[in-house]
Amino acid sequence: MRYPPYRVITEGFIRQATAAGAEIHLVDGSAGLVDRVTSLLGDAGAGSASNEFAVCAAASVEGIGPLAGLLAAVPGVRFDVTRETASHAAVGITSADWGVAQTGTLVCDSTAATQRLASTLPLIHIALLPSGRIVPDMAAALSHLDPQKARFIAAITGPSRTADIERVLTIGVHGPKRLVILIVQDGNAGDPRP
Amino acid sequence: MSDFVKSIDRALADPVLSSSLTRFSEAYRTGRARAFEGIDFEAVRTQIAERKSHAARNLDVLAERFTQQAQAAGAKVTRVSTPVDACQYVLAVANQSGARSIVKSKSMASEEIHLNATLEKAGIEVAETDLGEWIIQLAHERPSHMVLPAIHKTRGQVASLFSRQTNEELTDDIPGLVAVARRELRSRFLSADIGITGANIAVAETGSIVLLTNEGNARLVTTLPRTHIAIVGLEKLVERFDDIQPILTALPRSATGQLITSYVSIITGAAENTDGTPKDLHIVLLDNRRTEMAADPVFSEALQCIRCGSCLNVCPIFRLVGGHVFGKVYTGGIGAILTAWFDALEESRDIQSLCVQCGTCKDFCPANIDIPALIREVRDRVTHRDGLPFLQRAAYAVVNNRRLFHAALRAASIAQKPVAGGGFIRHLPFALTSMTEGRSLPAIASRPFRDDFPEIPQPECTETAIFYAGCLIDFVYPETGASVVKVLNHAGVRVVFPMEQTCCGAPARYGGSPEAAADAAKANIDALSAQSADYVVSACPTCTAALKIDFPELMDKFGTPDQQQSARIIAEKTRDFSSLVQQLASQGRLKFKQDSPGAGVTAYHDSCHLKRTLGVVNQPRELLSAAGYEISEMAESDTCCGMGGAYSIKMPAVARAVLDRKLTNIKATGAPELSTDCPGCVLQIRGGCDAAGIDVGVRHTADRIADRIAD
Repeated sequence: MRYPPYRVITEGFIRQATAAGAEIHLVDGSAGLVDRVTSLLGDAGAGSASNEFAVCAAASVEGIGPLAGLLAAVPGVRFDVTRETASHAAVGITSADWGVAQTGTLVCDSTAATQRLASTLPLIHIALLPSGRIVPDMAAALSHLDPQKARFIAAITGPSRTADIERVLTIGVHGPKRLVILIVQDGNAGDPRP
Repeated sequence: MSDFVKSIDRALADPVLSSSLTRFSEAYRTGRARAFEGIDFEAVRTQIAERKSHAARNLDVLAERFTQQAQAAGAKVTRVSTPVDACQYVLAVANQSGARSIVKSKSMASEEIHLNATLEKAGIEVAETDLGEWIIQLAHERPSHMVLPAIHKTRGQVASLFSRQTNEELTDDIPGLVAVARRELRSRFLSADIGITGANIAVAETGSIVLLTNEGNARLVTTLPRTHIAIVGLEKLVERFDDIQPILTALPRSATGQLITSYVSIITGAAENTDGTPKDLHIVLLDNRRTEMAADPVFSEALQCIRCGSCLNVCPIFRLVGGHVFGKVYTGGIGAILTAWFDALEESRDIQSLCVQCGTCKDFCPANIDIPALIREVRDRVTHRDGLPFLQRAAYAVVNNRRLFHAALRAASIAQKPVAGGGFIRHLPFALTSMTEGRSLPAIASRPFRDDFPEIPQPECTETAIFYAGCLIDFVYPETGASVVKVLNHAGVRVVFPMEQTCCGAPARYGGSPEAAADAAKANIDALSAQSADYVVSACPTCTAALKIDFPELMDKFGTPDQQQSARIIAEKTRDFSSLVQQLASQGRLKFKQDSPGAGVTAYHDSCHLKRTLGVVNQPRELLSAAGYEISEMAESDTCCGMGGAYSIKMPAVARAVLDRKLTNIKATGAPELSTDCPGCVLQIRGGCDAAGIDVGVRHTADRIADRIAD
């Protein structure tokens, strides 16, 4: 199969994910990531001057490296993801393995329960997607994952939603009300910006 | 009045139900069409049909492979044959672990086995966590729609249900109500001992189950409790991991017009619990007659269903009466079929009778299931088992005796005099009143077309057509028969009219009596084979479909080799009026009046059998345009008018509600005229306009064209 140029795929992903109700930010390297996470947490009322906090289930991001040291500088980020911490956290941070351009979907190996806790319980989910990991369609994303190893594959498109009362679209039923996708540039895949 | 008829009347009188379902059906079509943009729907549904029918043919092999693979990945898989067995298994798992509390995400299979009742009787608390299912659980009802279980509830009703549950005074603010559900159910998720789900797909190759949700509840149900039980109908099996793709493409688009649901979870064996232990995962493969269905030459097709609900969403009847009337656990068209198997044939007797056989659902089904044909098969088996009601049997016997039937029609033409006036019967006495509620019936013509025909001199031409009139044109609208002959003669086609032709058998075919339909077919095959001709022409799409499709099928089943051969020859030559005449016109064989400003504006109604059975859509429009008419396209032009042959007599209240909708759409065009290619639709719509005092002229396309032939 011939895929369109990478820039076009990335634009498609951004367009479709936005249409599905996700918020997208492009971040440059580790400094950009720290800045963005800090400001998102600040907006969410989490940080040094508050009891609100974020749980982070992502250990590292492709092209940037381990996060523990990096995000330790951000006030209110915790790495101990348990039922208790996640159900009280305002924000959950996870990695995402693949982005699907056709539908704006994140595909994640969520075999680790911490990935699921951080992406299901808090009202805000921040997903860190390496910029080189966007593929055209679901088939391409799933071809990179072996279900025998990835025991729980989670495909996430936009925030939690329902239309069960009078078909009125309402966001944030049981899962996150906000899905924020940070496309983290690793400096090698070229500039994905439109 | 039967309970079933009462339930129909109640549903039709419920303003919330029909208006919310109707609004949804309108929004659904637009949303679905947008979601399928850029997708080759035919290709996707062919793939799904291939892969699911392959699975249905190999259920045992796939179940075996699935079991091996899922068990190798740490799941416990059990295959159960009855709903009771399934419930007992779940109960045993719950008892072994001392479970007191269960959270569930939406599962039709668990509804099918009535799991909640079993668990609650055992003293276990069960919470449905899908918002719609929770509403229904609090209301002690069953889902009225497979995808939108609480679509029949208003925000006010939800507010009072939630207020009672929480002991709070809640307003009917929808985001507020959703927030209450989040809060109330969150503690249940965190404290539950067991999570129960269904599955949208089960993959034999990998032992995976696939769950599609929007709310995120299935993610919590499968993550937070230490035990997860998935109840999976055997028909959810597919062979390969790759088979997920076409289903993932079609299911959300067909169900809700989404490109994909917010969440798709693919679970393969025991993933990690939140305390690091492996999940106690149980997968219950539910048979409940599915293997029996798979072995049935007709009904195995129903196992292709992916439960998207599109057959509900596009059904002109479902949107009026909803799933509490049109279905049991499974609702709508597919529900009428599944109920006959998962419950009992008897349980579907009333439900299947709601189908008007318009064929719309078949066009939309992403699994390519011929739902109307399967419902007809349910109907056939119901009547085969129980026998036809005496009156219906007597009626088919009369119809199949041509001399008696035609004599009866002639007698009726005289007998109707006291109630007929101006070509209409507006009121009938006694038990027959419902036939004229909301529509005037046409009077039977004083002279049938078969008496007129010998007086129309036939020109010598190089081509000959046998005209198959059908009962309505012959005995009710003979003028339309004259129009057909006039137009064909003008185009250089000589017409012959075999006098032995009789009813095409469609009433029996759609009424559950294929044997009676076959007898009618044989009489007509004899009558039509006696003449040689280039074409067999009918101006009734139902008759055309009978000649072209049903006769060969019925003869394959009930006829001799000679009759099979003759049926095929007739089928090949059979043409509907508009397609044939449009073809002749495009060859320059018709000359139309060239006056200005032309013939005026007409709306056009697509008859069900012309559009969906015969696939004829553009030809009548092109023909009318060529003859000088301007077509004013109407909303839902291809939605059934409610006639449905005998349907409007068996289900008068439903047919009338369908007709009302059609009349509203006709009025909205502002066109002074309406054209259609079906004399049954003419009967229904003209009668409706007359009864409602709507000043729109309703005529058959053949009459419109005959008017425009240059002298």
